[in-house]
Amino acid sequence: MNLSRSTSVSGKGPFGRIDWITVILYALLVFIGWINIYSTSLTDTSLSIFDFSTLYGKQLFFIGLAFLGIIFVLFVESSFFERFASIFYVVSIVLLLGLFVFGKKIAGATSWYDLGFFNFQPSELAKVTTALALAKFLSDIQTDIRNGRHQLYALTIILLPAILILPQPDPGSSLIYFSLFFVLFREGFPLYYLGILLVTVILFATTLMYGTVWVVIGLVILALLVYTFKRASLKIPVLPVIGAIVVSTLFSLSVNFVFEHVFEQRHRDRFALWLSLEKDEKKLEEIRKTIGYNTYQSEKAIESGGFFGKGFLEGTRTKGDFVPEQHSDYIFSSVGEEWGFLGTATVIILFSVFFLRLIFIAERQKSDFSRMYGYGVISLLVFHYFINIGMVIGLLPTIGVPLPFFSYGGSGLIFFSMLLFIFLKLDSNRLKDGI
Amino acid sequence: MKKLLLSSIIVIIGFTFIGRLSYLQLFRFSPDQILDDPAIKKIYDYPERGYIYDRDGKLMVGNQPAYDVMVIPRDVKPLDTLEFCQLLGIEKSEFISKMEKARIYSPRLPSVLVPQLSKEDYAKLQEKMRHFVGFYIQKRSLRYYNTHSAANVLGYISEVNEGDLLNNPYYVAGELKGRTGIEMQYEEILRGRKGVKHIQKDRFNRDIGPYKDGKLDTLPKQGKEIHITLDKELQEYGELLMHGKRGGIVAIEPKTGEILAMISGPTYDPNLLVGRERSKNYSKLHYDTIAKPTWDRSILAQPSPGSPFKTLNALIALQEGAIDPNTKFTCYHGFYVGNTLRGCHCGGGVRNLNSGIYLSCNAYFAGVFRKIYDKYGSTDEGMDAWDKHVKSFGLGDYLGTDLPTGAPGRIPDKEYYDKWYGDGRWAASTIISNSIGQGEVAATPLQLANMTAAIANRGYFYTPHVIKSVGNSGDIDPNFTTPHYTTIDRKYFEPVIQGMADVYNYGTARWLKIPGVDIAGKTGTVENYIRVNGERMQLTDHSVFVAFAPVENPQIALAVYIENGYFGARYAGHIASLLIEKYIKGEITRKDLETRMLERTLEHEYAKPYSGEPFKINEREW
Repeated sequence: MNLSRSTSVSGKGPFGRIDWITVILYALLVFIGWINIYSTSLTDTSLSIFDFSTLYGKQLFFIGLAFLGIIFVLFVESSFFERFASIFYVVSIVLLLGLFVFGKKIAGATSWYDLGFFNFQPSELAKVTTALALAKFLSDIQTDIRNGRHQLYALTIILLPAILILPQPDPGSSLIYFSLFFVLFREGFPLYYLGILLVTVILFATTLMYGTVWVVIGLVILALLVYTFKRASLKIPVLPVIGAIVVSTLFSLSVNFVFEHVFEQRHRDRFALWLSLEKDEKKLEEIRKTIGYNTYQSEKAIESGGFFGKGFLEGTRTKGDFVPEQHSDYIFSSVGEEWGFLGTATVIILFSVFFLRLIFIAERQKSDFSRMYGYGVISLLVFHYFINIGMVIGLLPTIGVPLPFFSYGGSGLIFFSMLLFIFLKLDSNRLKDGI
Repeated sequence: MKKLLLSSIIVIIGFTFIGRLSYLQLFRFSPDQILDDPAIKKIYDYPERGYIYDRDGKLMVGNQPAYDVMVIPRDVKPLDTLEFCQLLGIEKSEFISKMEKARIYSPRLPSVLVPQLSKEDYAKLQEKMRHFVGFYIQKRSLRYYNTHSAANVLGYISEVNEGDLLNNPYYVAGELKGRTGIEMQYEEILRGRKGVKHIQKDRFNRDIGPYKDGKLDTLPKQGKEIHITLDKELQEYGELLMHGKRGGIVAIEPKTGEILAMISGPTYDPNLLVGRERSKNYSKLHYDTIAKPTWDRSILAQPSPGSPFKTLNALIALQEGAIDPNTKFTCYHGFYVGNTLRGCHCGGGVRNLNSGIYLSCNAYFAGVFRKIYDKYGSTDEGMDAWDKHVKSFGLGDYLGTDLPTGAPGRIPDKEYYDKWYGDGRWAASTIISNSIGQGEVAATPLQLANMTAAIANRGYFYTPHVIKSVGNSGDIDPNFTTPHYTTIDRKYFEPVIQGMADVYNYGTARWLKIPGVDIAGKTGTVENYIRVNGERMQLTDHSVFVAFAPVENPQIALAVYIENGYFGARYAGHIASLLIEKYIKGEITRKDLETRMLERTLEHEYAKPYSGEPFKINEREW
C-alpha cells in the first residue's frame, strides 16, 4: 500500500518523495534553536529580527542560506553525490590543509577561511564529504569489510580529516569523526572493537576514581564471580581471562602515568571535575569557578528553570549573559532556563524521534551507498547531540561541539542541513535506484 | 543486533538526558532561589529619615546632604592628578592607594574615593567635575542636629552590625539604624520603609534593565516626623549650667509625665557623631572611662537619693497613721544607727513635720521611720508595708519610659536584708539610714523627678516619656496617658508639700527663691565613697535637689543630682532654681545666681581622687 503510493508519486519533481516527517522535525529544531538564539542575544535596543548586526538576525540569514543549499541539493541529480564523493573528499582535505597557510584565527583556533561576508569552516564541510566518501568506499562492490586492508582504508578515510583538524586546535570537531565508526559497525565491522573501546573508557575512569589496586581487585572478584555462578555447561578458558586481567592491570598503571605526566593541569582539572576526583571542597570550588565555570553556570541556569521555566525572554541568567557561549555551544541551557523541564524534555524527545526516524529511513534504503551514507549522517548528528547536551547538563567534560540545527553559526547550520538533505534526496530516489 | 545498536544507544541517551534534567530541574530546583540569583540585584531606595522636633515644634534633628566622590576605575581617563587631589583635599599618595583599592574591589563597579565632602568642597568640585571622567559625586543623607544638646536623649544612628542583621531581616549590611536614644526607640517610625527595585544584572554585574519590568518593585515609604516632649531651650540651658559638672537632671511636666529636659553631664555635641570624623570622635567619647560622657547619668546613675527621700517617709508615716503633722521629736544633733551616732545639721531642738522637712532634720526622720515599723507586730510586716508604699512611687524598678536604656534603682525589701544580715537579725534601727535616703536605697534622677511629680500631683504620676506625637496623629502609647496612683491618700500630701514650700521660705533653700513663683523643694546631701586602686575613700558629698513649681498647679517637677557638689542647696539647688525660672518665666532675673553656675566647675573635685595626693572633702569655701 505504502509502496504503491510512493510509486504513484514518483514523477513529482524534486520534492515529490521527500520524507516530510523528517523535514518537519528538522524545521521544528531549527525554529526552536533560533527562538533561543533570539533570547540569548536580544539586547535592550530592540532591533528588527532582520537586523544583521545582531546574532539572531545573522542566524536568520544563515537559515536562508541553508534553505538555498537545500534547494540546490534537491535539484541536483542524486547520483551526482555518489559519483563525485571521492573528489569532494579530496577537495575538503585540501581545504583543511590550506588552513595551515591561509587560515583565519578566531578565539584561538585556526579553523576558518575569511570570505569577507562570512567565515567558512571547512571542518564542517569535511563532515559531509567524509560521510560521503566512506559510504562510497564501503559500498564499492570490491570492498570487503572483513578484509584487514580494507578496514585500514576505511579507518584512514575517517581519521585523515580528524588528524588534520586536531592541531587547529579543535579537538571537539576532531573527536566527532570517530562517530563514523558506527557506519563500520553497521556494515559488519566486528562489534568487539566497540566492546574493547567501552572497557577501555571504563578502566580509565575507574582507575582515576579508585586507583589501580581497587580496579585490579575488582576485576579479579568479577572473574571469580563469573566462574562461581556460570552455568556448568558454559566453558570459559582460564588463560585468556588471566591474560585480560594482566593487560587491564598494565593499562590501569599506564593511565596513572599518562594522567600525571602526559596530561596538562587543565586536562587534569576537567577530569577532576567530571569524575568528582577532587575531594577538597575549597579546591573543587576553585576548579568550578575557573575551568568548570561554563558548566557550573549552565547547570545553574538549567536548574533555575524548574518544571515550567521562567518563560520566553524571562531567563535572568540568559539575559545576564551568565553562561558563556550561550548562543553557540551552550544554547541548550537557555532552553532549560526559559522553557524548563517541559522544554528540555521536549527537545530531547524531538531529537530522539528525529534520529529514530532517520534510522528507519536508512534501513529502508535499497542502495548500499544510501544506507551507509545515512548511517554516517545519523552517527555524526547523534554524536554532536550526545556530546553537546551531555556537556551542557554536566554529564560530560567540556568539549566544544555545536548542537546540530540549534547552535548559532553559519557553517554548522548550512552543512548540517546539506548533510541531512543529501540523505533525504537519496531516500527520495530509493525506488529508482533500487536494484 | 547491529541494526538495533544505534537505535538503542539513542534511546539510552534520551533517557539518561531526561533523567539528569529531572534531577537538575525537578529535584534540585527550589522556588526561592530567586533570592540568591546572581542575575537579580536588589537596589534600595531609601526614604528620608523622619525629622525630630521639640515640644514647641522647634527642629532638633533634620537631615543634611553629604557628598561622596565615587569612582569607576575602568572609566577613568587620564587626568590632572595634582589638581584633582587639591580639589579633594587629599595627598597624591593617598589618591593613588585609594584608586588601587577601588580597582582591586572591582574595575566595573563604583567605589567611594572620598567620603562625605563638606558643602564648600562640594561646591568647588562640582564645577570642575566634568574634567574628571570616571568620577562622579553621589549624594547621601546624614543626620543634621539643630542643637548642640540632648545627645543622650536623641541618640545617634550607625551602620548595622552582624547582630542586627541576624535579628532583623529588614536590614541589609551598610544600612543605618538608630543605635541609642530616640533614634533607636522610634527607629521604625523615623526610618520609614525602603523601596526595592529589582535590577537585572549581567555577569559583570552591570545593570541591564529592570527585572520583570519592575513588577516586584516597591516604593519607599517616607519616615514620619516625631515631636518629642523635650523643651529645646530648657534642655540647652540646663546643659549650659552643667558645664564642668557631672550629674543628671530630669525635669517632668507633672500633669502629663512628659519629660521636659533630660540632662547628663558631661555630655557631648551630637554633631560629633556625624560626618567624616565620626569614628574618631566616637572612640574618644567611648574610651573616656573617667568622665564617661556617653553614660547617661540622668537615667543610669543610681546614687542614694538623700534627704528628698525624707518626704516619702513622711508621707508613708502619715498614711500609716504612725504620726500626725504635729508629732514631735527632739533633735540632739543626731541619731543612732545601732551604736553609731550620725550627725544632724538642723541645729537641734524640737521638730514637727513642717520644720523636720524644711530644716531636713535627720533625727526627726529617724524617729518617723521607727514609728512606721513600731506600728506593726514584726519588722517583716513593717518592711512590707513600707516597701509597698515606696514602690508605688515608681522607685526600685524600671519606670518603663520610652528610652532604650534605664536603671531600676534599688528599694530593699525584707528578702534583701534577710540575705544580708540573716533572718531575724535586723530591725528598723539597723536599716534606719533609709529614713534619710542614705543606706540601701538608690534611685536614678529620673525616678526622683518622677517621685517629685507624684508629690506635685498629690498622689499620682504618668510614666515619664519623651514621645509627644508621631506624624500628624497625637496618639501615643496608652501606657503614657494612664495615671498611676500611689498608695498615699491625697489629703496627706498637703502638710508635706507645705514643708517643701517652707524649704524655700525658711529652710535650706531660702536663698534660692524665685520672685513671684512659689516653689516646693527638698535639698539632699549624699555621702559617697569610691574605690580607687582598691582603696575605699570618701569624696565630697553629692548635691541633690528635687523641686516642683508652682506649688498650686505645678508646671514642672525636677530632680537635680550633681556629683560631689556638696550641699544640696549649692549646685543642685542653684541649678534647680534657675531651670524652674527659665521654664516658667522664660528668662532669668537673678543674674548673679546664673553667672555663678555658668562659671563654677567641679573639675577640681573630680581631679582629687586621681591626684595621688591626700585631699580634703566637703570644703566650706566654694
